[in-house]
Amino acid sequence: MATPQQPALKDITSAPASNAAVSRSRLCKLSAKNINFFYGSFQALYGISLDIEANKVTAFIGPSGCGKSTFLRTMNRMNEALRNTRVEGELLIDGENLLAMDVTYVRRRVGMVFQKSNPFPKTIFDNVAYGLRVNGVTKKSVIEEAVERSLTHAALWTEVKDKLQKPATALSGGQQQRLCIARALAVEPEVLLLDEPCSALDPIATLKIEELLFQIKDMTTIVIVTHNMQQAARLADRTGFFLLGKLIEIDDTRTIFQNPAKKETEDYVTGRFG
Amino acid sequence: MASSTYISDLLRREPSKTFWGRLKGGDELSYPITLACTVSILLIVALIVAELWSHSQATVQKFGLGFLTSRTWDPNDGVFGALPFIYGTCVTSAVALLIAIPLGVAAAIFLAEMAPPKASNLLTFLIELLAAVPSVIYGLLGIFVLLPIIRDYLVPALRAAFGYVPLFSGPFYGVSLLSAGLVLSVMVVPFIISVSREVLLAVPTDQREAALALGATKWETTWDIVLPNASTGILGSVFLSLARALGETMAVTMVIGNTPKIAASLFSPGYSIAAVIANEFAEASGTLYISSLIFLGLVLFGLTIVINAIARILIIVTTRTAA
Amino acid sequence: MTQEISLRRRITNVVMLSLTGFCTVLVIGVLFFILGYLFVHGARSLNLAFFTQLPKPSGETGGGMANAIVGSGKVLLIAVLIGVPIGSLAGIFLAEYSNKTFAFTIRYVVDLLNGIPSIVIGIVAYSLVVLPMKHYSTLAGGVALGIMMIPIAVRTTEEFLLAVPNSLREGAMALGATKAKTIFTVVVPAAISGLISGMMLNLARVAGETAPLLFTALGNMFWSKGWLQPVATLPVMIYNYALAPAEDLHQQAWAAGFVLLALVLAINITARLIIARGPASSRR
Repeated sequence: MATPQQPALKDITSAPASNAAVSRSRLCKLSAKNINFFYGSFQALYGISLDIEANKVTAFIGPSGCGKSTFLRTMNRMNEALRNTRVEGELLIDGENLLAMDVTYVRRRVGMVFQKSNPFPKTIFDNVAYGLRVNGVTKKSVIEEAVERSLTHAALWTEVKDKLQKPATALSGGQQQRLCIARALAVEPEVLLLDEPCSALDPIATLKIEELLFQIKDMTTIVIVTHNMQQAARLADRTGFFLLGKLIEIDDTRTIFQNPAKKETEDYVTGRFG
Repeated sequence: MASSTYISDLLRREPSKTFWGRLKGGDELSYPITLACTVSILLIVALIVAELWSHSQATVQKFGLGFLTSRTWDPNDGVFGALPFIYGTCVTSAVALLIAIPLGVAAAIFLAEMAPPKASNLLTFLIELLAAVPSVIYGLLGIFVLLPIIRDYLVPALRAAFGYVPLFSGPFYGVSLLSAGLVLSVMVVPFIISVSREVLLAVPTDQREAALALGATKWETTWDIVLPNASTGILGSVFLSLARALGETMAVTMVIGNTPKIAASLFSPGYSIAAVIANEFAEASGTLYISSLIFLGLVLFGLTIVINAIARILIIVTTRTAA
Repeated sequence: MTQEISLRRRITNVVMLSLTGFCTVLVIGVLFFILGYLFVHGARSLNLAFFTQLPKPSGETGGGMANAIVGSGKVLLIAVLIGVPIGSLAGIFLAEYSNKTFAFTIRYVVDLLNGIPSIVIGIVAYSLVVLPMKHYSTLAGGVALGIMMIPIAVRTTEEFLLAVPNSLREGAMALGATKAKTIFTVVVPAAISGLISGMMLNLARVAGETAPLLFTALGNMFWSKGWLQPVATLPVMIYNYALAPAEDLHQQAWAAGFVLLALVLAINITARLIIARGPASSRR
């Protein structure tokens, strides 16, 4: 039984890369180079370039429709499921372009939690085990262990350990969202993307999720999109501000909120528009 | 920690891009197989058309389009004409719709506009169950229940009222165009009700509220506002029922009388396209006989396709505008 | 003056609305009178021999339809084996893989197939199976009914899969599932109760079909010898016995009608209840 505190993914993040990016890979997990994104003929992202630091929480903020979610969904290529979309540029994970990799491999390494909790209509156990099973893990003991570990990380274990065989849809909204986080953690992603994970939750459920995100950031790199600036300020080490499909700036959260470089950022964080 | 490394080892490997590697993902199988099934449906339909066409060539060559207008059907002499069957099919369907449309639409109005939702849903559920009753059972009931009622009550009444019209004169033996039409009407009514009700329910509530707010009565609202809004969809349901009535085989075969002649009176026996195929196909001998029956099948096929197409278009148009 | 008009309008209102109510009662009354008659009459004609014995040669009374009950089962089995896989896999393609224009075309063709009168399907099965094999057979009947099952199988599968929220697909794909695994481990299981009841309705619909069996399965007074021989089925027996000139056979027809209808209605009610309760329920 692995203890929750042990950073299971540390060794992976520092392990590979025999290329030139090796010196930067310690710091920089994901790196976007001039990303453009199109829905049909509509361009939703304009030349996004940024680095996501390993084992940090990065938040994207901005008014709705600014492209922050689109960019997040580009990072594990979820947008490819939509028809008629196109992405240009490079997205490097540990120095390798993930746009050229096998897409299921990318999504195993870069997990995602969605705005609305989406538990499968299966049991709680089967939900968490799904990612492992579908990727070829068959050993029962391994799966059981991983399920317990992931649920513990997601701060849900004590609540559900006696009803693992109950349908996941019977859980409350906040529990469902934590279950989805546990489900994503079970495959031990190197990066975890969260797309406004608390927007449908009450403050108490939100607090629980924020706490658990804080707990797991030494295991994985977290990128969170939020419309709630306080949440970004509370959670994030670094914050990026998006506006009209462009990344206006990205910096340490404190800098963004207290001393931003750009006028647009200042207007937004002080509530002058958006 | 051990298990974690195990998971990492397994999941941190990029899937092999060889054929077998990709096969394990499943897409390489699932896409072609499901596509093949889809395409096979196209092939089946093409095959149906091709089979009907090729097996009816003997008749087409012998009689040409005159087959459709010839009144003689005499297998013993090798003379085949489709008109009696086309006539019987059209007359029985017309009788069925004339009875079923007013009843069905009125019932649909009641269910959609008047009845409390719970009662409406329950009644609709029952009515839809009636649409599931096999046609051979309607035929059975037609012979033993409806025919006596028609003979003892309906025909004398019609004679008394309209006896001077050729349509309602002549002897009545039970099996007849009228009986077939009535049985058909019983069969298509559930259909008209359930589709029309859906269409009526799709009319936006604010249309009703607007009319009621202007002081219109419930009936005026329904008649002047809701019905016109739903008319295209209801027409669609009528065409669907028509297609069903035209192709209906068993119930008609059992009560129409199976006599290939064209008579003005609804009281006389007749024959329909589907009925003649059902009745004579298994015993038909000789290429020309079989080919004539298959040609009749082709005619029926063409007829129902055209009518179904009209119905679909009408229903699509209304649901689009309503949404 | 105004008073008078409003009175007339009120009367029209009441009269017309009552008329629609009357029509409803009339329709439902007639239909249930008929079915009630069948149930009463059929139940009275039913006995154990009906389920256990073969039909008696003409002239003798008694006997049953054991061979026709089994025969219907065999024909339906073949129909399911043909219609359900083709139809539901095609439905999966339409819901999950197809682009819009192709799906539209297929849907149109499927509706067309659905609209083809069953007697015409019978002709086609005759020329495809009976002619080449020179035998009326269980197989031919099954092919005819199987083709008839395809359209409904396609449409119900497509509808129930489309009713599965997209967020579940995204959730599975975000965990590294391939599209195929997403479909077969998440989407289909999420819709399974709807799919099963859809197939049950589909089966109930063809279970009562008679016309396509008349010259494919034909009929048989004895046990059918294998799948390539003519076979008796319940609907065809009802048809033959109802038209036969013997009171005893009419009784048998009533009993068979009762059994067939009870079966069809039971499947229908069960399936509709499942759909109404199911999690992925969708009203058409």
